[in-house]
Amino acid sequence: MVPGRRTRAGRASAFSATAGQEAMPVSSNDSDKARRFREMALPYLDDVYTLARYLLRNPADAEDAVQECYLRALRHFDGYRGPAMKPWLFAILRNVCHAEFARRAASPAGAIDDVPEAPEQTPLWHEAQETPEAQMLRKRDAAAIHRLIDALAEPFRETLVLRDINNLSYREIADAVGAPVGTVMSRLARARAMLRSAWIAEQEQPK
Amino acid sequence: MTCDEAEILLHALIDGELDASHVREIEAHVAQCPRCAAALAAYRQMNQAIASADLSYRAPPALRRRIEAALPQPANPSRRAMLRGFALGSAVSAIAASGLVAIALRSDDQERILSEIVSAHLRSLQAGHLTDVVSTDQHTVKPWFDGKVDVAPPVIDLTAQGFTLIGGRLDYVGTRPIGAVVYKRRAHVINLFVAQTANTEHRAARTETLQGYNIRYWSDRGLNFWAVSDIGADELAEFSEKFEAATRANTEG
Repeated sequence: MVPGRRTRAGRASAFSATAGQEAMPVSSNDSDKARRFREMALPYLDDVYTLARYLLRNPADAEDAVQECYLRALRHFDGYRGPAMKPWLFAILRNVCHAEFARRAASPAGAIDDVPEAPEQTPLWHEAQETPEAQMLRKRDAAAIHRLIDALAEPFRETLVLRDINNLSYREIADAVGAPVGTVMSRLARARAMLRSAWIAEQEQPK
Repeated sequence: MTCDEAEILLHALIDGELDASHVREIEAHVAQCPRCAAALAAYRQMNQAIASADLSYRAPPALRRRIEAALPQPANPSRRAMLRGFALGSAVSAIAASGLVAIALRSDDQERILSEIVSAHLRSLQAGHLTDVVSTDQHTVKPWFDGKVDVAPPVIDLTAQGFTLIGGRLDYVGTRPIGAVVYKRRAHVINLFVAQTANTEHRAARTETLQGYNIRYWSDRGLNFWAVSDIGADELAEFSEKFEAATRANTEG
């Protein structure tokens, strides 16, 4: 099978820009490299796909981005010396996704849903008799939590997903996003405050 | 601590990223600030809700197949070898997820790590837990670590240089598993702790003294080393020099 071949014909995507040039000769050296790459990188496929789903909020784009991410990772695998494999893959995935964001921004026709603005004006602290979080916990409404996370603005959504869904340490998040740990901490605090506000708002205005 | 500081740090508390002194500080603040106490409780509930909602995805099988097909094929991809590869991969993944790398984050707080290293050293001196594998043979000790920690520490026999290898041990620093190689100098025990670090640059050895123990620590090729013992600082320095020299000889020779 040709690397990078699309199963969904006709989808134009910036992800595929470098795919197709991936005619890889198989020498014993390459074979050893491929084996090590499989052992080290493939176990994180679910994690990488999860992050892609939250960054791009679209299954088809996420699949393309993950495939491109793994191809790029393999190309740069010779130079890989750390950080840990998971943050390294995430950093590559982010680059792939950001290229896609840039492409969408450049072509109005391809522009999709704008990021809904998180309710930044909502007071961070809300006194209530019974905490909405408790009600939420009882409901275990995964779909609602998912929707609220999806509605967070990008850097906050990304940090929250890396921490609370991908289970990265602060240091690993900093490695993956290329920001200082202090920035990671303030984004995370902000993300959770916004999520909490949105939660409270949703509880107060049942549909 | 002010509420503004607490607003950031209570997340680090929830996430287990805070060092001991800040944990005490924020707990003291929360104890006398109802607003921050309420926020902490709310965020804890929120985190539990997120954790129990299982919001992660599984990669579609078709995507996995496409990616596998795009990789160069191993020479003889026997099914057994593939399965072994995946089994190894998931073990590595589980350990990486436990966040050994996070030690690097807290290395800002050098003192806390050093004090945990000394605690681990003290624990090891208590009856019956100095070594999990007892051997003076480096070729027995080194393979023993495989699969127990995410990086097998270099095990080097320094008997000829006056430091006798007596075995290895799986230890914990913070909550992270870490390999310890055990040496003896006369009647004194030297624990050499080895952990992976994201930082690959070489950092020259330094010596600190904590609770009457000397700790000599350095970084080399993506590994952090801490040698701790009650022997004198000069002898511990000699140990680290001999160890580093032997490591270089091994990799270059």
